[in-house]
Amino acid sequence: MSQTLNFIPGAFMRSFFKAGTLLALILVAGPVQAAVKIQEVSSEKGVEAWLVEDHSLPIITMQFSFDSGAAQDPDGKAGLANLMTGLFDEGAGDLDSDAFQTKMEELGAEMSFNASSDAISGQVRMLSENSDEVLDLVRLAVTSPRFDIDPVERIRSQIAVGIRADERNPSKQGGEALAKALYGDHPYARSTEGTLETLASITPEDLKAFHKRVFGRSNLTIGVVGDIDAERLAAVLDTVFGALPEEAELQVVEDIEPKLGQEVRVDYPLPQTTLRLVYPGIERDDPEFFSAYLMNQILGGGVFSSRLFQEVREKRGLAYGASSYLMSRDHAQSLAIQTATSSEKADETLAVMEEVIAGLRDEGPTQEELDTAKTYVIGSYAINNLDSSTAIARTLVGLQEDDLGVDYIERRSDLINAVTLDDVKEAATRLLTQKPALLVVGPAKQGGE
Amino acid sequence: MKNPIAGVARHAAFAVIVAVAAPSIAIAQEAKDDTAVSSFTLENGLEVVVIPDHRAPVATHMLWYKVGSADEDPGKSGIAHFFEHLMFKGTSTYPSGEFSDAIAAVGGNENAFTSYDFTAYYQQVAPSELPEMMQFEADRMRNLVLSEENIETERKVVLEERHQRVDNVPSSILSEELNATLYQNHPYGIPVIGWQQEIEGLTHDDLKSFYDRFYTPNNAVLVVAGDVDPENVREMAEETYGKIARGPDLAPRARPMEPVQKTAREVSLRDPRVSVPNLSINWFVPSYRTAEKGEFEAVAILSEILGEGLRSRLYQELVVKQGVAASAGSYLQGSAYDYSALVLYGQPRGDADLATVEKAIIAQIEKIKNEGVTQEELDTARTKIQRDQIFLRDSQVRSANLFGAVLTTGGTVEDVTSLPERLDAVTVEDVKAAAERYLDLDRAVKGYLLPEGEERS
Repeated sequence: MSQTLNFIPGAFMRSFFKAGTLLALILVAGPVQAAVKIQEVSSEKGVEAWLVEDHSLPIITMQFSFDSGAAQDPDGKAGLANLMTGLFDEGAGDLDSDAFQTKMEELGAEMSFNASSDAISGQVRMLSENSDEVLDLVRLAVTSPRFDIDPVERIRSQIAVGIRADERNPSKQGGEALAKALYGDHPYARSTEGTLETLASITPEDLKAFHKRVFGRSNLTIGVVGDIDAERLAAVLDTVFGALPEEAELQVVEDIEPKLGQEVRVDYPLPQTTLRLVYPGIERDDPEFFSAYLMNQILGGGVFSSRLFQEVREKRGLAYGASSYLMSRDHAQSLAIQTATSSEKADETLAVMEEVIAGLRDEGPTQEELDTAKTYVIGSYAINNLDSSTAIARTLVGLQEDDLGVDYIERRSDLINAVTLDDVKEAATRLLTQKPALLVVGPAKQGGE
Repeated sequence: MKNPIAGVARHAAFAVIVAVAAPSIAIAQEAKDDTAVSSFTLENGLEVVVIPDHRAPVATHMLWYKVGSADEDPGKSGIAHFFEHLMFKGTSTYPSGEFSDAIAAVGGNENAFTSYDFTAYYQQVAPSELPEMMQFEADRMRNLVLSEENIETERKVVLEERHQRVDNVPSSILSEELNATLYQNHPYGIPVIGWQQEIEGLTHDDLKSFYDRFYTPNNAVLVVAGDVDPENVREMAEETYGKIARGPDLAPRARPMEPVQKTAREVSLRDPRVSVPNLSINWFVPSYRTAEKGEFEAVAILSEILGEGLRSRLYQELVVKQGVAASAGSYLQGSAYDYSALVLYGQPRGDADLATVEKAIIAQIEKIKNEGVTQEELDTARTKIQRDQIFLRDSQVRSANLFGAVLTTGGTVEDVTSLPERLDAVTVEDVKAAAERYLDLDRAVKGYLLPEGEERS
């Protein structure tokens, strides 16, 4: 039923790029100099947002995020944040599910919510002509979701089908087993969807209490793009978010170092073996962040010229994709490397990757590689972060979440240009020396190790 | 959103592609200003479409060739896609890697994709880099170097890609064989990526003659979206693509067409990796190009009302009211040259089994055939499609994709921009007629993805 084969995204590995964008989302630079003008907007009640005004299309896009996420799920209730995100358009205020959705449809707007481990985010796209009415629905959804029992049961059982459907999917099982191995008892070890048991235990009262606890003005970040000016936005902010409690009541989530140096195997007779290596990462506010970022770019950062792509794919044809990406989450950091190769070539491929990693760690990159990486990283950001209202709105939220400052855009190029060859070499030593965790999903080895 | 894990299942379940989509309202409103879409043809036959968007200093440069897997010779499946890979291997002017390095050096993105009816290459760069992109892209239209060594290495990559996309994914294995059953004579029944043994058998000569036959300016469409103006694009295009000689005229794309389908067919895959079953009901319908006037639009609205989105009949009935399905809906494959596939799907939840879901889908089919749709449903569907087009105009790549796909499947710029009028012309009678004509269970092809050892009902 999938349409994937109707349309083959080509020579490069699109699916691997997805992993790569994890970093882009964290790094989220702003627009190129003077490309877009960010306005800081503050409402009477003190709700703040960043705005990029643009009247060339009759559209307003709003992105917002509550610092919270699945990491806030109470013990035994894993899946709560994710379940909640399925219920914001299922009834709010005096409107039941049907009435709410009918109204939203009549207005021609789109609203969606998403839970990651660290945040619950929402996105709304609306036509400016009826945006007051849409925003009133958003207000209801954000401040007074109903969590009526019928929609709760329906969405719960839909999610449960998704969990069950993945039960025998080796790649999904591999990802979960690796998370457990890396993070042990930490919330990051849990799947955002929860388990069938924890999902089943969640009640409408749990949802109400959780909503009350994690939706506050203190942990809220907002980005708005499009056909709206600062004055109107200030009023909108109070209308939509003004009734939320001042302070969210978040539970403390400990920072955790992923437990590396171990091997996780999911034995399954597949024609292709997936390999993932996990190394230490770097915090977003570490002064050496860009040294590590450029190092990753050179190692496997999703461009044709990266060392992994060249050695694994271009020279040897061992895989369709080979890439690396930094994951800087709120409470854990890592650098992951992934590829998938014919099962009989798994050992050879792993050896090639290890050689590439050792080479970069021991010798560092060349000046030419670093220069190329810098130009790419500086130039690509407008393309990756600015090519639609949706992308810009996401960028505005990311910049605020990472506390990078409204002038970050202007500073970013200088931060990157200041990185030296020695800095990158040091970053390579720092991140690539420890023995990594290894995930192997594929046929069991004959005769053991 | 630091960790974009998919949200609730129903939102992520099925990506819907309706390529009848068009940014028509926005275009109509903007016709007088500097963001109107324009098109022209160079002397050598290269068609050019320019979609100005001055909001960000970014340009999207796409070159579309009117060749896809359905244009391959018998026994040579996968050549269009394989060849697309080889287009990154360097030319007599620029050795392998030079084009990609030049893109990376300016922070640009690049990629390519292959479908049944087209192959496209694109870069996203700052507008000032467009002349250089055109220089490189025009160069590889004619000066590609096909070395045996590159072919052998890339063949391995393509086979790994096939493993990754198909062999490792049960739903893809089923989908491949389902298409082969839906289309018994037309090449849409052959997977775009090709059958493994035919990919293994492609030779240097096959690839060279494929290149010479299809990669010519008169078989291509250039789409440029972003912070550009049409006159400027014309000058740049003439300086680069314009220097390439016109190729020989190509034969009409007359593929073997389907005989009258007289049977219902079923394709099942049982796989140990599957733990929750699902089903689809598939038909081929005329494409936009081959349909009678207004018919394709009626089918698009039919699909919209029946199964697209949370407010559709299938979702509301099966998922919300009856509570038997985790997901249920439909989609109409757009932008195809000969046929479009119309697909209904569902996955059971709770105590319901697959047969229950199938019965419920069939009941909705019968209902819409017997009773048709209401004027209100029709109006809502129309508004929704038109609204989607305004949102689509927000993304350069999506806009460029739409025009590229329409123009390489027999459509024109006007076909895209006239969508509002064409949708306005659809009546409730048209939608009912489309349902009666195409939702025929006696000639439907059903696909079942099943857990191992499990019977269908």
